Amino acid sequence: MPDKKLKRVDLIFSEECSCKDVLADGLKKSNEELLNEILDSGLRGRGGAGFPTGLKWKFTAQEKAEEKYVVCNADEGEPGTFKDREILSRVPLKVFGGMAMCAKVIGAKHGYLYLRGEYQFLKNDLQKALDEFHSYLKEMDFDFQIHILMGSGAYICGEESALFESMEGKRGEPRNKPPYPTVAGFRNKPTVINNVETLVYSFMITRIGAKTFHDLGTADSRGSKVFSVSGDTPIPGIYELELGMPLEDFVEEFGDGDTKAVQVGGAAGFCVPRKKFKDTIIGFEGVPTGGSMMIFNSSRSMYNVLKNYVEFFEEESCGQCTPCRVGCQQLKHGIEAVKRGDKSAAYLDTLQKLAETMKVTAKCGLGQSVANSFSSIVDNFKEEMIY
Amino acid sequence: MCYLINTVKKITITKLNEINMPEIKELVKQLADEHGRTRESLLPILQGIVSEERYVSDFAMTEVARELDMSAALVYGTATFYSFLDTQPRGEFVIRLCRTITCDMKGKKQILKTLEDLLKIDVGETTKDSKFTLLETNCLGWCHKGPAMLINDEIYTDLTPEKVNEIIGEYMKK
Repeated sequence: MPDKKLKRVDLIFSEECSCKDVLADGLKKSNEELLNEILDSGLRGRGGAGFPTGLKWKFTAQEKAEEKYVVCNADEGEPGTFKDREILSRVPLKVFGGMAMCAKVIGAKHGYLYLRGEYQFLKNDLQKALDEFHSYLKEMDFDFQIHILMGSGAYICGEESALFESMEGKRGEPRNKPPYPTVAGFRNKPTVINNVETLVYSFMITRIGAKTFHDLGTADSRGSKVFSVSGDTPIPGIYELELGMPLEDFVEEFGDGDTKAVQVGGAAGFCVPRKKFKDTIIGFEGVPTGGSMMIFNSSRSMYNVLKNYVEFFEEESCGQCTPCRVGCQQLKHGIEAVKRGDKSAAYLDTLQKLAETMKVTAKCGLGQSVANSFSSIVDNFKEEMIY
Repeated sequence: MCYLINTVKKITITKLNEINMPEIKELVKQLADEHGRTRESLLPILQGIVSEERYVSDFAMTEVARELDMSAALVYGTATFYSFLDTQPRGEFVIRLCRTITCDMKGKKQILKTLEDLLKIDVGETTKDSKFTLLETNCLGWCHKGPAMLINDEIYTDLTPEKVNEIIGEYMKK
């Protein structure tokens, strides 16, 4: 049984300290001290994959190269996620602050913020905040420049190597790994790429200390996380919560009393049905999430939900590798055929196998994660897929 | 046959006139001056063309290729990859309605019907006066305030059929 209870936290949006002071204090620390703080805090990437942030910084810092880069991934495209937009519009200086800390640790002179095309309307305000931030850096005599780049409506560009390709003016097609970005990222130079939220936490950890952060959450999921709550809930919005809570607590707080299922982690995440709320922990030891929490009540058809996801993947697949390109199409055609009655219910098992094959053979996270939502919805709501 | 060729010619000529070649040449040159002439400048240049012209024509693509001294195929490859870089003529106001599940649950279908009725076009089409294009798009990141739509770069949330009526009415006056 999980021993954590739902607890609200206020780190990301808190305004009790001035960003300028935190930045000045942070820049005074030695690189080793900064890096150890991030390592000791146990912070893991908040974009979804959950790689330990400190290790990313450490590996990049160890690389010997003339040019290194910090990239902020603000290509938030996961269905059901809107936390990065909120963070960028409310506390942009903290995001830039996190980038500066990282730049100091790894020795980068240039940073890039890749903003999704759908958030073009944020750009002017962001640029203003950035100008202010650059003036702080100048005062503190720290040589670091941040540039804002725009995306143009491609979900796949949230994948780190696809994002580099896009920054280089190419089609946003993921690269083969290894080499990882810490060795060869943007312009094939060592690069740290972090999600918006991860960077803010890195910045805040330099203020509150590794221990305060480490004390939050569980052994596998330290700290707190910003959740984007939507769907059938009376109180949709952004909430910062401690990691490691049981889903049951979450549903009690945010559900409308008739919650049938929660999609944790967006279209690429997992669907948890009511009977599993109690035993599901939100965190890396249970169901990980980039923050997307979509709540469905009894009136919703899970077939429609799944179809919406599969259509999404079919369109957003970059088409580079066959398992993902053809797999997404076939999954969509398959569930439609079963629903129409053209295929027997047993065909769902064949589709499950296809999804599993995609998990093993697809080139990047997009194709590999289609099976998450597909299998968890088909397994738990089989009758809704057929009738 | 002769008649057919003439019609084809006419169509090509009007199309080229519509594209307004000297203006695009100038625009591409300006954008290249601003963003540079490397591969990395390609995306910002294409984005600049779309924000001025609402789409990247074949002519604009070859012009970019010439200005940046790279193959037109590379430009075409990049331009056709991104859903916001339209390669077909679009209206002055491009409406992108979010079709992701949470917006769908909050009544996106009614909104779509309202838009189709108001503009008298289907999804993917442009009005005859080239003023509006109606498209669907994936998650816009406003799931807590669905249904949501973008008109060019402006965002509209918590949509209702009445609200859509009002918004489109305003744009029709522009």
